[in-house]
Amino acid sequence: MGDALKDKIREYVTNEYVEEGSGVEIGDETPLISGGIVDSFSMVSLKLFLENQYKIKIPDADASAEAFDSVNRIALVVRKFAPKV
Amino acid sequence: MVYPKTAREHYVGELEAIKRDGLFKEERFIHSQQGAEIEVEYPLGAPVKKVINMCANNYLGLSSHPDVLAAAQEGLATKGYGMSSVRFICGTQDVHHTLERKLSEFLGTEETLLFGSCMDANAAVFEVTLGPEDVIIADRLDHASIIDGIKLSSAQYDSYKHLDMKHLEQKLQQFQDKRIRMVATDGVFSMDGDIAPLDKICELAEKYDALVMVDDSHATGFLGKTGRGTHEHCGVVGRVDVITTTLGKAMGGASGGCISGRKELVDLCFQRARPYLFSNTLAPVITAASIKVVDLISGSTARRDKLEWNAKYFREKMEAAGFDLRPGQHPIVPVMLYNAQLAQDVSRDLYAEGIYAIGFFFPVVPKGQARIRVQLSAAHEKDHIDKAVAAFTKVGAKHGILGLKKDQIIAKFGM
Repeated sequence: MGDALKDKIREYVTNEYVEEGSGVEIGDETPLISGGIVDSFSMVSLKLFLENQYKIKIPDADASAEAFDSVNRIALVVRKFAPKV
Repeated sequence: MVYPKTAREHYVGELEAIKRDGLFKEERFIHSQQGAEIEVEYPLGAPVKKVINMCANNYLGLSSHPDVLAAAQEGLATKGYGMSSVRFICGTQDVHHTLERKLSEFLGTEETLLFGSCMDANAAVFEVTLGPEDVIIADRLDHASIIDGIKLSSAQYDSYKHLDMKHLEQKLQQFQDKRIRMVATDGVFSMDGDIAPLDKICELAEKYDALVMVDDSHATGFLGKTGRGTHEHCGVVGRVDVITTTLGKAMGGASGGCISGRKELVDLCFQRARPYLFSNTLAPVITAASIKVVDLISGSTARRDKLEWNAKYFREKMEAAGFDLRPGQHPIVPVMLYNAQLAQDVSRDLYAEGIYAIGFFFPVVPKGQARIRVQLSAAHEKDHIDKAVAAFTKVGAKHGILGLKKDQIIAKFGM
């Protein structure tokens, strides 16, 4: 059974960060920050999206490059602040 | 001496990691003035060698121009060496005011404020003009000094894919609830030579009620028919709200920068910009020489025309030789090598052939995007360019990269 949260995160990351025609596919464990797909400056878009989408506030300490480095890890962060998602 | 062991071990470890990753940078020691040909000692202790310089921001060849040197000497004689003051206490001379006025005329703006560097100008401009109710929307490849300046402000910020106007439009739509929106972009992106589509950016800014901020450091003096910059090149003089730029590249190459734009915005920077309030005034000698530079380039387009020809000629020759160049029309010509070690090896071999051009690799450019970033200058004569192309071709053949494209170079050398 699919995970709607991870699908949503993957869809956002693909639209927001992946250049059209680049052939880059975002898997659950694809390294986003350490892999150079998302840099620390543009990561702020992702944080903003998650906060707006799931009506949560993510403290800076939980929005580190490590915490946001994969779809799986991002989903963990979201569920920490919105357990029912 | 207190020097905690943990601190020292941490720094040693970091330095060793940089070396291990092949990312360690070394300086070369230049004995001559800046110019098309320079005298270099490298490594330390080696005999000084004359080489052709292909990597300076000396776009108009003014860094050691006799007229600029004469103006600097006159400035030293009449205005002194230093003011020992920030601007607003006793650090403003008539020459500062004159230069600011001339830069406003040249750039087609209402008001200009000088800084010690464009890095300082970028540190100031966002913090002064925007607050928590506002948003800055920046191109993802904006210069590090713009990113740093944005982070210094209390405004919210977001970014759009490099040069992607559709993505920029989405962001402008997204932030319509903000008080002030500002789009921040390089006019010319320093690693690639890409030119921002300022006409489209201004159109979007007008449609979505946003300010436009451009760092034009790699354009002021030579881009556009009369060298005003990217805004002239794109036909939007008067429509960009704030320009930051440097005097440390085409405009003489010493140091200095400025914020130039809408009167009230710049006036507020006079009142509140921290680098203006807390950092020393631009030295009199630089200010005086910069006035001469503005007069020289306002009076004739000969230098920027020659630069344009040099860039076109070099590109044509290098493409014919089989190099993978990032396409463009700017005097920044990235010769793509992708692998950091290859970039360093090619740079070393070029030096042996009498060509000075540095390899760029992480963290200056993203991993896997290493290159030799060539920069043409109006100081280059055709003969310099021919020698450079010959050297590149010889070195390229040695490393087996001629005629190879990205995938082939990466397959051969790795990323």
